Amino acid sequence: MADDLELEKRVNSLSLELRCLVCQNETLADSRAGLAVDLRNQIREQMKAGKSDQEIVAYLTARYGDFVLYRPPVRPSTYLLWFGPFVLLLAGLVVLFRYVSQRRGLIASAPLSSQERARAEQLLNSKSEKEIA
Amino acid sequence: MIRYAIPLAIFLGLVAFLAIGLGRDPREIPSPLINRPAPQFQLPQLHQPSKSFAAADMRGKVWLLNVWASWCFSCREEHPLLLKFARSGAIPLYGLNTKDKRADATAWLEELGDPYVLSASDLDGRVSIDFGVYGAPETFLIDRDGVIRFKYVGPLTQELLDSKIIPLARELNK
Repeated sequence: MADDLELEKRVNSLSLELRCLVCQNETLADSRAGLAVDLRNQIREQMKAGKSDQEIVAYLTARYGDFVLYRPPVRPSTYLLWFGPFVLLLAGLVVLFRYVSQRRGLIASAPLSSQERARAEQLLNSKSEKEIA
Repeated sequence: MIRYAIPLAIFLGLVAFLAIGLGRDPREIPSPLINRPAPQFQLPQLHQPSKSFAAADMRGKVWLLNVWASWCFSCREEHPLLLKFARSGAIPLYGLNTKDKRADATAWLEELGDPYVLSASDLDGRVSIDFGVYGAPETFLIDRDGVIRFKYVGPLTQELLDSKIIPLARELNK
């Protein structure tokens, strides 16, 4: 009995790493599709026959391709998938940084002339009077 | 002008990606078996269970293997086309009846017509798994050396037959 439980646990944990090809958002462990049931049975049988997780995964990917893995493998063909978001984030941060420092440069390089300062004060004062009133 | 060019370029880039992405079928899984030897199998024939049918029997011929079942709704869609195609005799058509009770399968063919030279009974679905079948109907074009050259998931269309399957079979038959 304990052996069966161990086996089921093993089947389940491997199934959680695999994708149901029919309900493609679900893991093989969660799916109730006919194919999922069949594949889980296959996995159970192969485990009973002493195959390792790796061998079983190889058996499935030989027939269904990498898509049967729930986590996409990190391969040159999936570098864009895995690293793309970080690259975009980095690019966005670079653009933001440059924009902000450019703006700071603009502001710093053009201090107010005394005329402009007087006008500014006038505007500010008149505005606060309006607010009080 | 340059200021506007950059966001515009990014936008156009996004549009291009979306256009390419939306044009594809996200459910389609490319088969790793293309240009690989078809799985060897030997199964009882549907109508004559005492006889068997093996992939090896078809060596030397270019042939189509169509995976079907009586419970498969989409298989009904392609069935009239298969009947018409079988009559034309362009490529021999064999059926792989997957996960089906023999009685249900024969009744289905009785009702709708039998386009297959013969059908093999894959009762427990093992052979279908070996072929990487995940959604019937699926059709495989296999060449003279038993290598899978083409696979299609879903009901066949006349357009697909004319543009891909028949020309490829012609190539392989040379």
